[in-house]
Amino acid sequence: MVMPARRPTVPTETLSTVPLKVVYRAADVDLDYRRDLGDPGEYPFTRGIHPDMYRGRLWTMRQFAGFGTAEDANKRFHYLLAMGQTGLSVAFDMPTLMGYDSDHPRALGEVGREGVAIDSLADMEILLDGLPLDRVTTSMTINAPANVLLALYVAVADARGIPRDQVGGTTQTDMLKEFIAQKEWIVPPRPSMKLIQDMLVFGARELPKWNIISISGYHMREAGATAAQELAFTLADGIAYVQAGIDAGLPVDEFAPRLSFFFDCHVDFFEEIAKFRAARRMWAKIMRERFGAQSPRSWWLRFHTQTAGVSLTAQQPLNNIARVALQALAAVLGGTQSLHTNSMDETYALPTQEAVTVALRTQQIIAHETGVAGTADPLGGSYFVEALTTEIERQAWEYIRRIDDLGGMVAAVEAGFPQREIAEASYRYQQQLERREKIIVGVNEFVQPEEQPIEILRISPEVERRQVERTRRVRAEREQRAAAEALARLRETAQSGGNTMDAIVDAVKTHVTLGEICDVFRAVYGEYREMAII
Amino acid sequence: MGNGKIRILIAKPGLDGHDRGVKVVARALRDAGFEVIYTGLHQTPEMIVNSAIQEDVDAIGLSILSGAHNALFPRIIQLRRERGADDIVVFAGGIIPEEDIAPLRAAGIAEIFTPGTSLQQIVDWVREHVTPRGVRT
Repeated sequence: MVMPARRPTVPTETLSTVPLKVVYRAADVDLDYRRDLGDPGEYPFTRGIHPDMYRGRLWTMRQFAGFGTAEDANKRFHYLLAMGQTGLSVAFDMPTLMGYDSDHPRALGEVGREGVAIDSLADMEILLDGLPLDRVTTSMTINAPANVLLALYVAVADARGIPRDQVGGTTQTDMLKEFIAQKEWIVPPRPSMKLIQDMLVFGARELPKWNIISISGYHMREAGATAAQELAFTLADGIAYVQAGIDAGLPVDEFAPRLSFFFDCHVDFFEEIAKFRAARRMWAKIMRERFGAQSPRSWWLRFHTQTAGVSLTAQQPLNNIARVALQALAAVLGGTQSLHTNSMDETYALPTQEAVTVALRTQQIIAHETGVAGTADPLGGSYFVEALTTEIERQAWEYIRRIDDLGGMVAAVEAGFPQREIAEASYRYQQQLERREKIIVGVNEFVQPEEQPIEILRISPEVERRQVERTRRVRAEREQRAAAEALARLRETAQSGGNTMDAIVDAVKTHVTLGEICDVFRAVYGEYREMAII
Repeated sequence: MGNGKIRILIAKPGLDGHDRGVKVVARALRDAGFEVIYTGLHQTPEMIVNSAIQEDVDAIGLSILSGAHNALFPRIIQLRRERGADDIVVFAGGIIPEEDIAPLRAAGIAEIFTPGTSLQQIVDWVREHVTPRGVRT
């Protein structure tokens, strides 16, 4: 019998390499209850933003979905609502994320593959067919062309006669984390911030129920950031957006309450809970002390959580159900407002219907069977959790200071600072795995040679052909003069530095496509090229 | 001309921005003593083959997680042939379903590394299968 070289041990540090003590005592915690914790619903909201937490309102179960054509995705949304899901979340394909229409040469092989392809109003009408836009909120994971997708959503609502002040949802619109980690971009950072300002102003004026920006740490964490880096870079991005809103002339309390956040929930249970608690405390201080916000709602850090895609393994995929359940539990104990649980088959492809149902059921089990939702911040006061919360907060403030010294996040991104920090952390982690200092069950320990393949969702190449055809038909059949005029007006507005949002809404209503609108921005502002760092 | 050091172009075809894996692999290959050139993201097949020829590399390593491999990899192999560069070894890694592997290998991808592959396995494979073009017989 062959003995393993070294017996796997329990971790003595967190996933993000914060050293752990065997036991934590009162002496490890130096907190003033009112100043540092507060009751749930009280500043600084360490213990949660609502006094009654989930008794008042359960978190929103929001499974991210979208694939193939608009018809395919629409069918999945109807299915998820019928299964008891309470909000919609749209995933777009790569060409849409990059602002290319499905018939662009760069879209070859990518259409409908990692999300739904949306090129024009015709696609959006099909995507939202039969969905009650005044009663269900929709989250759209879209960044560089977020302005176009928001305009398409508004155009559908307008056509159905739904008042704009009834339309609720979220666009991600977090370009800074795109430049740092997710890397789906169109124009450089500074014009990107200008287009976001246009959306903030439009949102404040027209869409009081829309969350214009979802400030996202998720992608940075997935790219290899530590918990403290995820927290710090996300809040530093948030600081940049708040400043952008103020610079656009908006009073801070007019738009800050509609900023929301999006975090990863990785597999290190207590570290994640500590991260969520630290996040609330830090954001409350940033908004009140740094920006002078008066409204308690501006101080709230409301967040969506997704379990960590990167923690799922292709090996022994059923094990992922257990990982996701533990991560979802940590998110709930950390006080999340909405949650996406990943499906066990997502290392391979978008989830099958069966896998996504298990993922949703996992949330329902946590909500209705385990009893954890009945008490706010159940781990508050734990010597360990409080000490870890304070430590992660300390590390995150240190990063925020460094970013301030660099001139803020836009300048830091241009200098490649967060990109380099994440690449370093990611390489260190991979080396720890190689040396088996960190264990992943089924990957570098407890490996099983023969594995049964699981069923995965295949996207037919037919999807691309049908989508390309529809987009070409839309372009051929529209009223050409109206479309050309709308595009010309958009170009003039962008060149003159005016607010582009009304011109984008007008353009999509004349069936101008997403790619055509983004071409205007590429022409006016130039295309972003990354300095490749390894 | 080759000075005995293997030169590798690490390239990221497709529109996805998942570059965690590609960067880690690029660094591991560099740390193992190879010369590594990383293209950056969102490269078309034309851009990749052009860079490979310009940089006079011995191998191209492709990373893709968008699912577009069946469209993009064969195109890269075809362009390599058209440019008379069949001696550049092409290998790949990423989310590639089991059933796609055999057809891609038949198309000319020398090796495909799937999730869970250790960095050492990739380094060892390159040492065994790639030789500097200058000293090729």
